[in-house]
Amino acid sequence: MTAALAPSRPGRRPLHRLRRLAIETGSVALGAVIAVWSLLPIYNMFLIALDRFGHDEFSGRLWPLHPTLGVFVAVLRESADDVRQFWHQFANSLFIGVVVTVATVMVGSLAAFAIGRMRVVREATLTGTALLIYAIPASTLIIPFIRIMKIYGLSDNLWAVIAADVTFATPYAVLVLQYYAKLIPTELDDAARIDGASIPQIYLRIYLPLMAPALAAVGTYAMLYAWNDYFYQYMLLMSERHTTIAVALEQFFDDDDAPYNYMMAIAILYSLPPIATFYALRRFMATGLTAGGTKG
Amino acid sequence: MNGMDSTLPLGRIAAAGRPRRRALHGSELAWSLAFVLPYAALFVAFAVYPILYALWMGARPSLYAALLDDPRYIRAAINTVVFAGLAVNLQMALALMLSGFFARPRRWIKLLLVIFLLPWTLPAAPAYLSFHWMLVTEQGLPDRLLAILFGIQGPFWLGSGPLALACDITASVWKWMPLWTLILLGGRMAIPQDLYDAAAIDGATAWQRFTRVTVPLLANLYLISALISAVWTFGDYTPVLFVSGGGPAFASAVVSTLGFSYAFDLSRPALGVAAGLSVLPVLLPILILLLRALRRTEVRL
Repeated sequence: MTAALAPSRPGRRPLHRLRRLAIETGSVALGAVIAVWSLLPIYNMFLIALDRFGHDEFSGRLWPLHPTLGVFVAVLRESADDVRQFWHQFANSLFIGVVVTVATVMVGSLAAFAIGRMRVVREATLTGTALLIYAIPASTLIIPFIRIMKIYGLSDNLWAVIAADVTFATPYAVLVLQYYAKLIPTELDDAARIDGASIPQIYLRIYLPLMAPALAAVGTYAMLYAWNDYFYQYMLLMSERHTTIAVALEQFFDDDDAPYNYMMAIAILYSLPPIATFYALRRFMATGLTAGGTKG
Repeated sequence: MNGMDSTLPLGRIAAAGRPRRRALHGSELAWSLAFVLPYAALFVAFAVYPILYALWMGARPSLYAALLDDPRYIRAAINTVVFAGLAVNLQMALALMLSGFFARPRRWIKLLLVIFLLPWTLPAAPAYLSFHWMLVTEQGLPDRLLAILFGIQGPFWLGSGPLALACDITASVWKWMPLWTLILLGGRMAIPQDLYDAAAIDGATAWQRFTRVTVPLLANLYLISALISAVWTFGDYTPVLFVSGGGPAFASAVVSTLGFSYAFDLSRPALGVAAGLSVLPVLLPILILLLRALRRTEVRL
């Protein structure tokens, strides 16, 4: 076949080059469309936030007339009426995000270790029950959730949100960890056991270090999940003391006279931690997400 | 079930009568149970209990009769199927194509991927709010771009039910397509280059290489991704709640946003739960398919 193709090559060259050029031009055009598509809503956030008076988005302008960082400064200094609580709310959001991340990694890796390595429960049982939580949409579960939190004495408590987020994030985390753990030979555990290592030692010294990339992926996923959720926060937290940024944004949305430029500046600042986390841990992220699938 | 056996080393299968579970004794069993305990406790307290509570709240048949009597519910049920059906298939088909584009070995394409992933990393509520402000007036960014590029006046985006629902679908695709592109890209990268080289030597065209090599090898990953995406999208209320607000007059509402409206605006929580539970006949088959697809992957591990 190769031999048959070779002689025809020189004659095809101009056509070949033309095709090449067409492909390159096409992919640059597609790249431009992708860039505009991805950035348009994000650019719109900046367009509104950079405008001191907050009218530009409704005046049909492509650039803000007098771009200024004044709104951002006012938010960071809490020097306007609508943003007096910014840092307090940000701290609450951060608290939820960090605790959900740590708890999901801990609870998820312990369970995945016991089920996948020790085989204390049948794996199919785990997959089945883990998926059970997705059978009823989270948007429906919020209604019984509010009542149950009252029974547990967790009304208007950051821990209610944390419990909900960890519960929803952990099943997915366990599944990803399960798949990734299959790449690690169980002979390692057996060897350690023969050498007299206890179960916690195998977990701490062998399992956790080898699983580090998958743990980073699962942690990032949990963090993005907690940061994405605003509805459980909005429904479960009531007092000003426990308000998070997500709740504040929702309150802005409900208020027709709300200053959109402040709202968008807060939204941009709020988006920074997950973006930073994701790009810092991106290498691991792809590993964890595709660990199960690519083997198929 | 058989999948798990095949993942074990053959020696152990020969040695033990029941290869799936090595019997655990004494402290090993105690530790293993202790390790599962936090997960199990959390699951029972915050998943099983609320699910049973929801089933109990929505158990009365009269609730479903009330739902069917409400024309807004019929509309929302149709909208939910349209929303999830279009959003899932659009984002998966586009993700499959774009994963091929992002697999091209070019420096600028790697940089573009960083920008392309931004929507997924952005928190949902602020991103969808930005969509809302772009579309709610007739002078937003998309209108402006349409006027400059084509000299036409943009429509009143959120003024009619179908168009508002189309905006919600677009926003949902914008947010979630990057995730599936990344996953399918990972799947493509895992396909050995030799297979493509061999196909090329055999004279396969680019299209044949795609349909004969890429498609069969990505099929299971694509199916699992599409099913997970379907499960998430069916319950996802955020795009509808923020982009179109379910308006005008519930014309673009989906079952979950209508459920909120029943539960919190009309103070009929049981009816709200019933609305949410009414998607179960569609969601359960998807979950069963997903379970089977996941098991099939294990067999090939």
